[in-house]
Amino acid sequence: MVPLIVICVYLVLLLALGIFASTLFRGSSQDYMLASHSIGPFLLLMSLFGTTMTAFALVGSTGEAYAEGVGVYGLLASSSGIIHSLCFFVLGIKLWSLGKKYGYTTQIQFFRDRLQSDKIGILLFPILVGLVIPYLLIGVMASGTVVSAVSEGAFSNMFAEYDYGVPNWLGSLVISIVVLIYVFFGGMRGTAWANAFQTIVFMILGIITFWVISDNLGGVKAASEAVEKRNPSKLMRSVAESDEQKYEKAFATWQSLAEYNYANKKANGELLTPEQKAKAIADYKGPPIGNWKARAEANVAVANNLLNLSVAEKNDAFMEQDDRVMPKQKPQWWDKEVMTGHELNEYQRNEDAVLAAYTDPIYNKNMGHPNDLINPDKPELGTKWTRKRTAGVYRATKWSPEEPRAMSMLVFITYMFIPLSVGMFPHLFQHWLTAKNAQSFKLPVVAHPIFIAIVWIPCVLVGVWATSAVVPGTERALIPPHFNTNAVLPFMVANMSGPFLSGLLTAGVLAAIMSSLDSQFLCIGTMFTEDIVVHYGGKKRFTDKQVLIIARCFIIAIVAITYILSLYEPRRVFTLGVWTFSGFSSLFPLVFAALYWKRLTKAGAYACVITAIGLWCLFFYMSDMALNPHFTVFGMMPVATMVPAAAIAMIVVSLMTQPPSEEHLARFFPQKKA
Amino acid sequence: MRYVVWLLVVALIILHQDLWYWDDRTLVGGFMPITLLWQAGISLGAGFVWFLATIFAWPSDLIEEAQQEAEGGE
Repeated sequence: MVPLIVICVYLVLLLALGIFASTLFRGSSQDYMLASHSIGPFLLLMSLFGTTMTAFALVGSTGEAYAEGVGVYGLLASSSGIIHSLCFFVLGIKLWSLGKKYGYTTQIQFFRDRLQSDKIGILLFPILVGLVIPYLLIGVMASGTVVSAVSEGAFSNMFAEYDYGVPNWLGSLVISIVVLIYVFFGGMRGTAWANAFQTIVFMILGIITFWVISDNLGGVKAASEAVEKRNPSKLMRSVAESDEQKYEKAFATWQSLAEYNYANKKANGELLTPEQKAKAIADYKGPPIGNWKARAEANVAVANNLLNLSVAEKNDAFMEQDDRVMPKQKPQWWDKEVMTGHELNEYQRNEDAVLAAYTDPIYNKNMGHPNDLINPDKPELGTKWTRKRTAGVYRATKWSPEEPRAMSMLVFITYMFIPLSVGMFPHLFQHWLTAKNAQSFKLPVVAHPIFIAIVWIPCVLVGVWATSAVVPGTERALIPPHFNTNAVLPFMVANMSGPFLSGLLTAGVLAAIMSSLDSQFLCIGTMFTEDIVVHYGGKKRFTDKQVLIIARCFIIAIVAITYILSLYEPRRVFTLGVWTFSGFSSLFPLVFAALYWKRLTKAGAYACVITAIGLWCLFFYMSDMALNPHFTVFGMMPVATMVPAAAIAMIVVSLMTQPPSEEHLARFFPQKKA
Repeated sequence: MRYVVWLLVVALIILHQDLWYWDDRTLVGGFMPITLLWQAGISLGAGFVWFLATIFAWPSDLIEEAQQEAEGGE
């Protein structure tokens, strides 16, 4: 309950700050949307940085480092340090100057004006909002996961199906409402203040989290040495030979289990005699957890050569044991070759199969309130399992071992396209326009890469350390295989600190999430009012007050839609984030050409947008709607195909169509003074 | 100097592809994986290069013009 109280106090403080910021509100829609262009260097740095650092940066980077190793930092953080500042410098300042000259509030206003095309807004609006929604989804989903993880056992008899803690849906709802309230009343000024406050909070608490976790792991040296000993592949981007051998051995053991279960089912549970079963259990030396009896019996079945299965039956057995979706048409090799672990991983897994663990006595026998003892007479057995732990035991003891994966060089290099997304984020465009003057950009341009390092390096190290942390006094992994990567950071926080600090550190994680959600909420409200309502309804049709009300109503509607979407199947935060960023990156050629290429035409811009979004939809569909986290195109990140394709389409079509008039271009490309 | 700044940005992008540390899991100082340390250096280097950019490649003409036109128009 203590962590929950600390989080509630933090949320109340945040609301108080939002209300304070609203007292500075000047009442106009310009002030609501752009804080009357009054944001100085420090507040601009904090709001730009806080906006770009999301759940993706904290929860996502820790989880991804846990899954893929230290290479994650190079994938996105250091490249972002270079590219984000490049975008601020090359695009931000120029767009700010044009915004100041021509009074733009949104990206679409700029493109409409620059391309002399009203309909480009109609095309861009749903695309930009459609891409912001998954971005919002990341924050909303992650906030629910974080609150739920830290509040397990907080209630004595409520929310049993959520491990007696705050349900994900409730955590997400509360966070959405809190952000909504201060955006609703404070507008851009409230958002900038809240962002600055929350950025300071999550940076300071992030460093404390890092220190506390490393201290609990025996210090930074001990934590890294444990990784070197148990999971050396996590310290580099290729696979260590020892990890490969460990996997091959574990996979062979697992294959025996799968084959035994299949053969035993075929023999109606009578593959072994009662004597053989008793001997198997007596001889078993592993931990008595999950389906350990089947593991024990599989050893005896293998020793007695009882597993007489055809190759096709073996492949069926592996698919069944690993809860994979059987292909409608099996490939030709199915009855000739036994599949490898890598081939098995190519098939989609039915993640819902894990729900069976809650009703299966093999797995659920210890499930209950996490504060109660499993057996009061034997306190050494520990407390009862949460549903999450029960599901974890199911995955860890039933599914095949996790295959160590090397990072692909082509994927690593082509990840460089992802941070280009910053150039097309609508919420960043709006933040750029809030700057008081161009000098305000200097601090964000310089400090952004350094701030990224301060936040990401500890997160990546914690994620990597988590792979090799063990339960004190044992050699048992603290985090079991197939753990939900989104929950690695909250899990480490909850397990490595006291209740008060745990609540405080969780508030830091929530601060990072909320500091992005607020800008995104505000931005889509602004886009709807400016680009649709006022643009088509006419400036004189609505009073300033009505515009404000419409913006606020649209924000509520979008938050409601995002919230409803968050209730559905969760994806890996990192994977979903990368898809969103890829979509914005693929539109980068458009904004760059609009600012630097006179020959860009309206038709070229349409070709760019249609190609970008067409390819995005195609690849997203091909990746099983982001379910496949390792989806590539020609061995590269999909974005590496999307950006050049969109650029080529734009250039070719622009060159084939009539260029804009010199008079029009003079507005955007003034002659330089001698 | 403006061109030097842009060359440094290109150098950062190339140095970021530290393929030479792909298989290297050396722990610098006993705790810091070498590839992570290199990439952290890239982040700090980026901060320095962008600092140089604000001095030598700052688009002052563009800014002055925007300022003047905005003031004239108000």
